[in-house]
Formats: sequence, structure tokens, C-alpha cells
Amino acid sequence: MEMIQGVQIDLISAERLDKLTVMEKIHLILDEVMEGNIVVLEKGLAPEEQSKLIEVTMREISPDGFAGIEMETYPVKETSGGFLGKLFGGRRPEARLTVIGPANQLKTLRKDKDLISAWVSSSR
Amino acid sequence: MAFFVNTRKKISRFLKAFFRKRTSRIGIYGPPNAGKTTLANRIVRDWVGDAVGPVSEIPHETRRVRRKENITITGQNGSSITFDIVDTPGVTTKIDYNEFMEYGLEKEEAIKRAREATEGVAEAMHWLREDIDGVIYVLDATQDPFQQVNIMLVGIIESRNLPVLIVANKTDLPDASPARIKSAFPQHPVVPISSLEGTNMEELYEKMTEYFG
Repeated sequence: MEMIQGVQIDLISAERLDKLTVMEKIHLILDEVMEGNIVVLEKGLAPEEQSKLIEVTMREISPDGFAGIEMETYPVKETSGGFLGKLFGGRRPEARLTVIGPANQLKTLRKDKDLISAWVSSSR
Repeated sequence: MAFFVNTRKKISRFLKAFFRKRTSRIGIYGPPNAGKTTLANRIVRDWVGDAVGPVSEIPHETRRVRRKENITITGQNGSSITFDIVDTPGVTTKIDYNEFMEYGLEKEEAIKRAREATEGVAEAMHWLREDIDGVIYVLDATQDPFQQVNIMLVGIIESRNLPVLIVANKTDLPDASPARIKSAFPQHPVVPISSLEGTNMEELYEKMTEYFG
């Protein structure tokens, strides 16, 4: 049977992400992306996790191999964090829908405050 | 008796070391080719008469974090601050050595530059998490400020509650639009400058004494 050319897209739910530690999330994402897959996170990464993701991505880059990631998300939304949040004035940033893919396959075409338009190539 | 004198000296040294506040470290962050090293050199030349590092049109010229210690600047209002300036490699999520070959580098040299650049980015992120007390975020005012790396990095800086000044650099170029940067980051002060020509540096120094003092 002839192999159909295409790109795998994994949509990872917020529930699944919530169960993982920081490094588990990062490896889940990078393992997929290094295979040439696109990952869509229902709930994106916290700033600290994004910082770690950049660092680990840099370690994985190799000549003529993995060239890094393309990532798009919306800016974090501040939420008041309920009654206690209001009481203590605390505001927690809310991570949002995020798409991550290999830098040589995923290109952002357009990004507005409420729409991200991306293009995916099947060839690496 | 000598024992008590020595012990007292030891305790005194310990207390001094414990309560001495170390000099603040101001990190210069931003994407590659925004002019971070040109700005670091400008600040250091203006106040110390030295330089931090070489600059180049090829991205990732700065591949190691460089620190220049004890720079004292004075704003027009007369207040001064002393800090260490930390020039960092441009932060990105991707590095492809082929990009460097487009600037005329040989393959071997381009691969070496890419490897050093990846290490530099990781180092810059590490410094941001561990050793930085305030950030000057440098953007090329001719480029789209909404690029993901800027949104991510400013988010990371905000999450660490670090004071941040955004610099809209390269105002000497005709396409520069500091207004676009102001609209992208309305929550932070934006200072338009040309670090190459030294334009509007007084406002930057004024803001630095205000925000990092």
C-alpha cells in the first residue's frame, strides 16, 4: 500500500497537561515535534515552562537535524483568581491555546489578537 | 583573648557579607539583531569609556553572556544608580546554520556559530531565571513587535516580577515605528532610541534611574 503523505497533529487536552510535571510536558512536546508532528495544547504553558522549553529546545538542535520550534500562542489573560484572589489582590495569568511545531515545517502566516493563521509543510 | 578577638572578627565579617546588598544586575534582552550589544557598548562608553563586545550584521554575534561591573549613571534629575550591565545572546526558538551561510560563512564556521548560539540562548534563559534584577528589553523598531519570542519573553520577565524598560531601537532607520511597539506593550514604558547614533539616550538614562533605582 502506498504511504499517504501528511502531517500528524496531536491536540492535547488541558486535563492531560495538568497531570504532568514541567519536564514531562516539555518532553511530551519536544518528542512529538522532533518526529515532525504538530502539537496543539488546549491550555498553553506557564511562563516558567516556556522558559524551560526554550532552554531544552536549544540543547536538542543539531546540524541538518532538528532546527528548533515554531510556537504561536495568544498573550496570557489575567484572571482575578476568584474570591480569594480578589480579597488578596492576586491575579494569576492564564495560559492559552498554543500551537507548536518544527521550525522548518510550521510557519505563521498571520497573527491577530484573536486569530492565528499557520501553514504546515509535510516535507522536512 | 586572641580566640575572642578572632571570633568577633569572624562574626563581623559574616554579618557584613550577609547584609551587604550586591550590585543590581540589569540584563539586556531581546531577539537576535535588535542591537543589544550596540546599546550595551553605548551605555558603557558613555559612563565608563570602554566596550562590552563586538557587533555584526550576522545574527548571533553575541553567543556568551557578558557582564560589565559597577556602572554608575546619573539621570537629569540628579539621582544615580550603580549596576552591572549584562549583555545577553539574542533569544529565539530556532537556529539553522544555513541562515549564517547566507551571510557568506563557510559551512563549518556556520555550524560552529549555530552550536555556540544554541548554548548562548540557553545561558541567557538561565541568567534570567537566576541572576537578573531588571531588564532592558531591546526591539528593532523596524520589525514586527508581535513576534512570538517577544510575547513569550516579556511574559517570562513579567512572571518574575522584574522591572522592565522596553527600548524601541534603530530609530535612525526610516521604517522605524516606536508607536507600534508602544501599542504591543502598553503595560510597560517604551523609550525610542538609536543606540548606534546615541539619540535620546538621556531619556533612557532618566528612566533607568527611575525604574531600576
